[in-house]
Amino acid sequence: MAEVNLDIRYIGHLARLELTSHEEELLGAQLGAVLGYVRKLEELQLDGVEPMAHAVRLVNVTRPDQVQPSLLSSEGLQNAPAQAAGLFLVPKIVE
Amino acid sequence: MPLTIIDLIRRLAGREVSAREAMQGCLDRMDQVEGRVRAFLSCDREDALHQADAADRALAAGVTHKEKPLLGVPIAVKDLIAVRGQPLGCASRILDGFISPYDATVVKRLRTAGAIIFGRLNMDEFAMGSSTENSAYQPTTNPWDSSRIPGGSSGGSAASVAAGETFGALGSDTGGSIRQPAAFCGCVGLKPTYGRVSRYGLVAFASSLDQIGPLARDTADIALLLRSIAGWDEMDSTSVREPVPDYAGALDCGVKGLRLGVPRDYMVAGLDPEVRALTQSAIEKLASLGAEIEEISLPHTDYAIATYYIIATAEASSNLARFDGVRYGRRVEGGDPMEMYCRTRGQGFGAEVKRRIMLGTYVLSSGYYDAYYLRAQRVRTLIRRDFLEAFKRVDAIVGPTTPMPAFRLGEKLADPLQMYLTDIFTVPCNLAGICGMSVPCGFTQSPKLPVGLQLLGKPFGEAELLRVGRAYEQATEWHRSFPID
Repeated sequence: MAEVNLDIRYIGHLARLELTSHEEELLGAQLGAVLGYVRKLEELQLDGVEPMAHAVRLVNVTRPDQVQPSLLSSEGLQNAPAQAAGLFLVPKIVE
Repeated sequence: MPLTIIDLIRRLAGREVSAREAMQGCLDRMDQVEGRVRAFLSCDREDALHQADAADRALAAGVTHKEKPLLGVPIAVKDLIAVRGQPLGCASRILDGFISPYDATVVKRLRTAGAIIFGRLNMDEFAMGSSTENSAYQPTTNPWDSSRIPGGSSGGSAASVAAGETFGALGSDTGGSIRQPAAFCGCVGLKPTYGRVSRYGLVAFASSLDQIGPLARDTADIALLLRSIAGWDEMDSTSVREPVPDYAGALDCGVKGLRLGVPRDYMVAGLDPEVRALTQSAIEKLASLGAEIEEISLPHTDYAIATYYIIATAEASSNLARFDGVRYGRRVEGGDPMEMYCRTRGQGFGAEVKRRIMLGTYVLSSGYYDAYYLRAQRVRTLIRRDFLEAFKRVDAIVGPTTPMPAFRLGEKLADPLQMYLTDIFTVPCNLAGICGMSVPCGFTQSPKLPVGLQLLGKPFGEAELLRVGRAYEQATEWHRSFPID
């Protein structure tokens, strides 16, 4: 496992979280402690051990491509922070 | 002493009590204790009584509990399970004002069984926490001692059941979030095998670990609730096509001849002496009832917390990406979409949620993925193997649910790692995908606080857990103790 090398601002950017400088400082210390703790996994010899993503064997589930009842667009939009003409409204993306 | 669900059903069937009276009884109890317990974030009383009246009409029309096993029974729901037309907030500011457009599968099934669905139960924000102190709205207190936490993340579910505000509740368990609060509040809580209960309509925290499960006052009630919510669901591709047994029918088979394993790795230093003694005497009680007790080893237990906090946060960082202020929930405006996402999430999420998103983002980030996430997934395989090996020799595993009784409000808030370490006995079960249940097994002396006995079972071995829990319950009185005057 690599040395704990935390660039909090960069991780915050990847996570799309705006953090105050106080939060950056606090999170840096707390995550450092947790990452220090999880390094105990380095003690284990893991050669040949398969990684496990899930407890049950997953198979791809498909169904016939037929239209089935689903949310009405009004229901899908009922919790939207901003909407217009039956669509979600977002800040301008393309100049 | 409030009624169990089974008691209530008997009285509803005998017309000794109406569903409206039962529901009103819960609401009255809330008026009496909520000022102190604060288990509910909200409750639509009119809707609850309306459902109760409908149940009374069905009873009057001759519908029986054979057809609708939970007809007229009030059940409260944790604030991360969708109930159509009701708020769904995950106790987070970022979902302030969100109204569910549909019912979760478990809610649909409870309605089909005739239950009255009411209330939004408090929790740690997005189920991240072990004390319910991470709720953005209010802490819930332990009904046995209001200076202490009820456990978490399903703290509202356990406290409301223990305080007599509902007959049963739904919670969710990602690393112990049903079993730990059940232990701290003195009720029964079951985490089903992964895939046993549909997660459709459950807001995802860590999708490979999350399961919905019931909390109630005794194991017979849990058997009834589980039977109603379990089973394959086409809306959840991780639910498993495994027949749902008649849990209630198998309850009273006793423990004679059952082999129960006691993991020596759970009876470790750091275990509170009173919890240890109570666990020990519960094991002796089970032995006296005819169970064969055998010491077993789960050698990777010590690595479970580290594994869990990598896998759970990795999955959470991905699942919670959807809260970006575009389609639902709170939005904080910005000059461009990126600024809007960052501000919305920065202001909408609480401290623990941000901590876990950051941790999960880090362990999945380029250059660290193999060292953290992939390694944790390999250790997860070892943890599951520990259990599968043990289950070759024993039918179920018994031990403590938690290393200590309920701690004080604020006691572990400043040190997240210390808080995480309290989950040591509950997280391995989720990592392995097996089932687990906590049943009351006594009280500490002073202060008097409930202690839980944890039963862990094979994949889809819920019937055995209920059978062991029931036998223990029949031989003890702990589950009949009631906290509030």
